[in-house]
Amino acid sequence: MKPSLTLGPVLFNWSVDRWCDFYARIADEAPVDTVVVGEIVCHKRAPFFAVAMQSVVERLAAAGKTVWLASPILVGSERERAAMRELVSPGNALSDATMIEANDMGALALLAGRPHAVGPTINVYNEATLGWLAGRGAVAVSLPAELPAASVAALAKAAAGVGTAVEVQAWGRAPLAISARCYHARAHGLHKDGCQFVCAGDPDGMPVATMDGQPFLTVNGTQTLSHGYLCLAEELEELTAMGVGRFRLSPQVVDMVRVAEAFRDLLDGRREGGAVAAELAGLTEAPLVNGFFHDSAGARRIVGASHRV
Amino acid sequence: MDRFELICPAGTPAALRAAVEAGADAVYLGFRDETNARNFPGLNFTRQDLAESIAFAHARRVQVFVAINTYPEAGNLAPWHRAVDDAARLKADAVILADLGLLDYAARTHPELRLHLSVQASAANAEAIRLYRDAFGVRRIVLPRVLTVPEIAKLNAEVDVETEVFVFGGLCPMAEGRCSLSSYATGLSPNKQGVCSPASHVRYEPRGKALASTLGGFTINVFGEGENAGYPTLCKGRFVARDTAAYLFEEPTSLNAMDLLPELKSAGVRALKIEGRQRGKAYIGAVVRAYREALDAFAAGRPVPRIDLQAMVEGGTQTTGAYTRAWR
Repeated sequence: MKPSLTLGPVLFNWSVDRWCDFYARIADEAPVDTVVVGEIVCHKRAPFFAVAMQSVVERLAAAGKTVWLASPILVGSERERAAMRELVSPGNALSDATMIEANDMGALALLAGRPHAVGPTINVYNEATLGWLAGRGAVAVSLPAELPAASVAALAKAAAGVGTAVEVQAWGRAPLAISARCYHARAHGLHKDGCQFVCAGDPDGMPVATMDGQPFLTVNGTQTLSHGYLCLAEELEELTAMGVGRFRLSPQVVDMVRVAEAFRDLLDGRREGGAVAAELAGLTEAPLVNGFFHDSAGARRIVGASHRV
Repeated sequence: MDRFELICPAGTPAALRAAVEAGADAVYLGFRDETNARNFPGLNFTRQDLAESIAFAHARRVQVFVAINTYPEAGNLAPWHRAVDDAARLKADAVILADLGLLDYAARTHPELRLHLSVQASAANAEAIRLYRDAFGVRRIVLPRVLTVPEIAKLNAEVDVETEVFVFGGLCPMAEGRCSLSSYATGLSPNKQGVCSPASHVRYEPRGKALASTLGGFTINVFGEGENAGYPTLCKGRFVARDTAAYLFEEPTSLNAMDLLPELKSAGVRALKIEGRQRGKAYIGAVVRAYREALDAFAAGRPVPRIDLQAMVEGGTQTTGAYTRAWR
């Protein structure tokens, strides 16, 4: 099957206007096949986007995109749980017509027997887990960012045997951790309950540096991401050869249409990985990183990697 | 209602004996490899160690749980399968697992083996817990450290699976099993290799009169003169955000929920767990003894003695962590 591009959910607290404009432009211009939509990081932000969700989904679908709705990463409190259940349970008009990408085991439990996708924050590290998930209705599994090439290859091979598509994140800050505590609020001297939505001030996340001033991590409310932008443009050929059929682009403030076009060119064989990586590096001041895939520190960039043995 | 079970860590047979003698109801431990989440050099149990330790513990009516709670490597499941097989063969009282594929293997291969869900699986809601119960027959859930006590109470009211919660020791501010911070800095992760912020990647570097601690080349903290230089666990480091250097994620602190025993009992918690398989036998003996004393007093309806564990806590500070809402 022809490899496809997935646009992951917007992880950051963008204004609803910016969020709607973003998806309108994606619908009109971005050569992506699947768009995953939903506020998965913080339930407190969700009501802002809920009002526009239906129109965004319809807009994307009208443009020919396959739209999936993503469930939240961390579901602990009653409010988080109620929101997850409402999204995932049958009877929700929007989600009945749309596939759900489960990002926590509770959502996965409620989706048993229905076709669904498994998001990158559900731990799929090996073929036994992948096979078990496929048996319960998972049609696509997005792998955790920290998996090295050998694991991705083994998982892609196993997935082919059970008819499940495997996805790898190829662009955007890597999600590294989730917490019940809000670090955005904490950095502003606030608690999560009275957070004043300070995360809205950092549309690409809040930079976190070491005490030596070296950029290191990115905080997005309760989520922690890498500072470096994960970019597997140079590894794309190797990944497709392994049988990876889906590539995830995670939205950042950079021109995501241009990012999608670059990866589309790569998949279609119009350009090669090194040139695309060089172009994309110019979009952001953050370094491009690919260490996880090369079984190294995720913060590293392994150059000339496509020629490794 | 039953009294709390006290679940205690052991990284060596000597630590296990210390925990048993100090009053543990159960001891949890791991094999000497990447199949468990405390895969530290010189730590953990050979098969022979486990056989002898189980004999020692069972003779004193103490249970032994084997943690096999990392995520098996793709294409290399055999070490994890062997770990489960050997734990079953050596008559461990339970195995503590996190990976779906490994739970499936254990449930199918050893239907008589008692399964506990590791904190590394981060099952934080009733729907998730029911899935583990229904699909694999999991009997107990070690709850992730993301829930408040009222949330734990609600959970226990809804699901008929035993719950175990951490009450003392190191505290992950992140949801366990869902964290790649260590891996981002070093390439080694809790989920894959069973290590977090590994010593192999730690350096201490003098900076004039100050001392910097680094992990994988990233500065995790800089200690001024007279400041106690702690171990650079990534999430307990000092970082700069909004032009201010601070303990952004968590202070170097230890969980101590001894004051919450009545609340945890009303919340329906079955077992209390002490963190620290990497700790020495003196530490384990002291902490277990303190908790044994507190639990015995609590079970007898006596006031819980105020036991000073200050010397045992990281950075000299204690927290009740996520159990209280203000932590968030």
